[in-house]
Amino acid sequence: MATLDYPLDRPIRRPREWSLSTLFYEWVATVDHKRLGIMYVMSSIVFLVVAGLMATVMRIQLAIPNNHFVAPDTFNRMFTMHGTTMVFLVGMPILAGFANYLVPLMIGTRDMAFPRLNAFGFWIFLFGGLLLYFSYLGGGGLSGAGTAPDVGWFAYSPLTGRAFSRGASTDYWILGILLTGVGSLASAINIIVTTLTMRCPGMTLARMPLFVWMMFLDSYLILVALPPLSACQIMLLADRFLGARFFDTQMGGSAVLWQHFFWFFGHPEVYILIFPGFACVSEIIPVFSRKPIFGRPAMVGAVVAIGFISLGVWAHHMFTVGMTSLSNTFFAASTLIIAIPTGIKLFNWIGTMWGGRIRLATPMLFCLGFLFQFLAAGLTGVMLGVASFDWQLSDSYFVVGHFHFVLVGALLFALFGGMYYWFPKVSGKCLNETLGKWHFWLFAIGFNVTFIPMHFAGFLGMPRRIYTYEAGRGWEIWNLISTIGVPIQIIATALFVANILWTYFKEKEVGDDPWDAWTLEWATTSPPPVYNFEAIPEVRSSRPLWDLKHPEDPDWKYER
Amino acid sequence: MATATLPPVQQLKQPDKGTVGIICLIMAESALFAIFVVAYLFYIGKSLNGPYPKDILEYPIWASICLLSSSATIVMAERALTRHRMGGFKIWWAITILLGAEFLRQTGIEWYRFIHNLHFTVGTNLFGTTFYMLVGLHASHVIVGLIFLLLVFGVTVSGFPIATQERRVKFLSWYWHFVDAVWIVVFTVVYVIGR
Amino acid sequence: MTKRFRRLLALTLSPAILAGLEERRVGNIFQTVATPGDAVRQSAILVLSIAAGIFLVVATVAAYAIFRFRRRPGDDLTEPPQVYGSTQIEIAWTVIPLLIVFVLIGVTARVVAGVQDHPIPKDAIHATVVGHQWWWEIRYPDYGFTTANELHVPVSEKPGETPTVLRLQSMDVIHSFWVPQLAGKTDVIPNRENVMWIDPRETGIYFGNCAEYCGTQHAGMLLKVIVHQKAEFEAWVASQQQVAAEDASAAAGRATFESLACVNCHAIRDTPAQAGHTGRGKFGPDLTHVASRLTLASGVITNTPEHLREWIRDPQVAKPGNFMPAMQLTEQQIKDVAAYLETLK
Repeated sequence: MATLDYPLDRPIRRPREWSLSTLFYEWVATVDHKRLGIMYVMSSIVFLVVAGLMATVMRIQLAIPNNHFVAPDTFNRMFTMHGTTMVFLVGMPILAGFANYLVPLMIGTRDMAFPRLNAFGFWIFLFGGLLLYFSYLGGGGLSGAGTAPDVGWFAYSPLTGRAFSRGASTDYWILGILLTGVGSLASAINIIVTTLTMRCPGMTLARMPLFVWMMFLDSYLILVALPPLSACQIMLLADRFLGARFFDTQMGGSAVLWQHFFWFFGHPEVYILIFPGFACVSEIIPVFSRKPIFGRPAMVGAVVAIGFISLGVWAHHMFTVGMTSLSNTFFAASTLIIAIPTGIKLFNWIGTMWGGRIRLATPMLFCLGFLFQFLAAGLTGVMLGVASFDWQLSDSYFVVGHFHFVLVGALLFALFGGMYYWFPKVSGKCLNETLGKWHFWLFAIGFNVTFIPMHFAGFLGMPRRIYTYEAGRGWEIWNLISTIGVPIQIIATALFVANILWTYFKEKEVGDDPWDAWTLEWATTSPPPVYNFEAIPEVRSSRPLWDLKHPEDPDWKYER
Repeated sequence: MATATLPPVQQLKQPDKGTVGIICLIMAESALFAIFVVAYLFYIGKSLNGPYPKDILEYPIWASICLLSSSATIVMAERALTRHRMGGFKIWWAITILLGAEFLRQTGIEWYRFIHNLHFTVGTNLFGTTFYMLVGLHASHVIVGLIFLLLVFGVTVSGFPIATQERRVKFLSWYWHFVDAVWIVVFTVVYVIGR
Repeated sequence: MTKRFRRLLALTLSPAILAGLEERRVGNIFQTVATPGDAVRQSAILVLSIAAGIFLVVATVAAYAIFRFRRRPGDDLTEPPQVYGSTQIEIAWTVIPLLIVFVLIGVTARVVAGVQDHPIPKDAIHATVVGHQWWWEIRYPDYGFTTANELHVPVSEKPGETPTVLRLQSMDVIHSFWVPQLAGKTDVIPNRENVMWIDPRETGIYFGNCAEYCGTQHAGMLLKVIVHQKAEFEAWVASQQQVAAEDASAAAGRATFESLACVNCHAIRDTPAQAGHTGRGKFGPDLTHVASRLTLASGVITNTPEHLREWIRDPQVAKPGNFMPAMQLTEQQIKDVAAYLETLK
């Protein structure tokens, strides 16, 4: 391995001063993209745990038929808050966190384009999230006890109208999500501008790391798809506060219009959530297979294709509302076509591993878990995309199983992989491998035990969002197995948290580039100084550190 | 080492931060407006009770002339600024503000007639709902634009060297053009197609 | 649990007209007994097999790659050959999925058109199913009566012989009509009428649910489709068409029922408690023949005298959150009203 010719600066570590003012300047007044990235990830982990505990309560309630563990309203609030939290307070900020931390480092620049907008985005997101949870205390308004929203995360009208949702709980849902939406929009604009205007010399779009490409396209999707959500939430707000009639079916309003608007946001949102998973996997698999990504242009092309087609598939959430057979077929077709670019990505990841020298460290294990579970999730997605099959599967537990395979089995696994991979970047220390492997295996087992049975419950006619069910419908065994998986997942997650704490306080530093990686973020110290790079790096290929480490066989010889 | 044989690093021509940022903002705003426009189009003719658009809507010709010509005056102001003719800049900028304000006044007059005289409100029917929300959303953007226009005007007359902020003035004028362009869509949808 | 289940089973099967009807509690979407359900099932099995095949192939290749190319202890630390891609291979794994997708689109188009654009037979039986929070109103406009929560239809010996066309409407929020063994679900949407049809070819009691979240008691919005032999169906229709039973022994209960707020929501046809113009008697289920039903509270409890009394005493116990309040009746009133309702066979 050749010595690096990037000037690595080693800032002198001063002993930490623990005073209120340093805390304030380090964590509140900061506009440093790395700090904000860490804050995004940490707050989403907190929300992840909260929403996970809600899921635990729901699984206990459903373990046996006719259970009275929680009241129906409590259960309904929990699945609403669980879904809303996971999508808007875990998925969205964690992507902003990863992108914030890594994009400037990967494109060799010192900060995001608009650092203060960045800080604003984080704080407005956090405020929106806390406002949503404040509903538990204040949702009934001054007059009544608190109630959290209980309308489901997609809040179908007219259930959300004044007539059917009294009190203020739905208003908290609208306002909280509107605010987090503003935050997401701010960070999306920031990421787009940063990638388009601040790349280091030599980093053409073609040489940009796939992670950055995917976060860039992700931000584009946010930019296009999130305002429609805000728009329909503003309409709902007008209905609830000004007496407007957008979704008032008594006045000729359409209940289906909300669904169109919501899913026009909602389906791209699914891709918004999964792209960061693709992004992590596309960085980790090559490094741990010791090979460049297979078919790089096709990978970028596939994400671009997904980004555009995903804007035309929304009504596949609505095959049961009674659209014409022509519309149903159209949306089924567009949905199925998206399977092709998705398949290309999957095959390219496998192609990357083929002929490599695969190091089965924890980050890679999570990515392999991702591969298999994403394959399954994609195939159940194809089943749901076949409109006629969807008439049976829609709104059943099969759907619940499917999207948890996407969001947990694929996204969360990829993000865990990402956390193991970039933790040494953030802290200078590698997460403990033994604990990491335990975490992986327990989580993989727990996850599959919980979510595979849901598909079968769905085949047997179990609808989603029911707080209890009668005995003898054939669902008992699947629900029981499903619940058994939960404690396994809890133990795994606890191991992860323990691992972070243990590593942070007890482990030794491992150097700047423990994985022998190839992208620019590893060209500076770990953790990086506030200004990231002492001198802005220059690149000649998509793997600048490979070029440095292998001057006899650099990538720029083969890339245009 | 092998540095001598390295190919030269490609110097990139990257766009300006603010330019990309304002384009992103306009994209997001367009997506927001698009949904309200679709809602308006979807609900045309679906009101269960009157008043219907043809009963009460009048073409806001004067208001439209004001707003659309303000796009021209802001261009004149910008041109004056690039040529460092501060007098011309102030005059054209003030005319832009006045035109924008007159547009808002006209909207106010229309709404007063509807709400006060005809008791036609956002809750009257689907037409009322979609009309007030779409026109109101646009008007709120005019207000935001006006606030920034006033801000620029205020700092300019109080002696701030606005010529140093030419870039930002340009972005503001882009936003203003966007608001004007949206009005063309709103006008077409509400006053032409919807009648 | 099982004990309770057996008791439930015994109780449910008691009414005479329903004797001999098998309970089909498990809504297995792969054991369909009506044409729309069958069409979906056939396409589903095809899609499932294709998906399973793809999973097996891709997962095997991936697993093989991981095993074959894993780093073994003692490997030298040199880097493997750097391969950037292969146009031929990439084209191959784009084109093959493309072909599969085209097949799937073709299958979907055919099944969707086959079910949705199926002409509605002229001599079909018509029923209007109206979703309420959280129960089903079932009207038979051709027969002139209204019932609740249990949809009775005749069996079709041959496919499409005596189909039933369902017009789905909603009084409040979105619900969804789903009886998995008969057909896929169709949403029940306010200010919109959806139409579906079923032609079950086996008699029995088919269980279903509301499949779109509709508020607090979404889980308690259960649904039954009771498929009769044709003669039995006609007998059932005739019995439902009769005026409400008059039983002198239940006069006290009837007087109580008619004098209290019960009649604001519940109608009993051809009595002073019948539905009125202003919506009186339309908010809750029609009780004209309530005693002939299998269950109360939209399937949450079985229809037994004991359950009926408990229900009247406090409906919030069996089905918390539903819109029927506890009427604060005395024990005697409860007994009377229950006795009256039990005469409404």
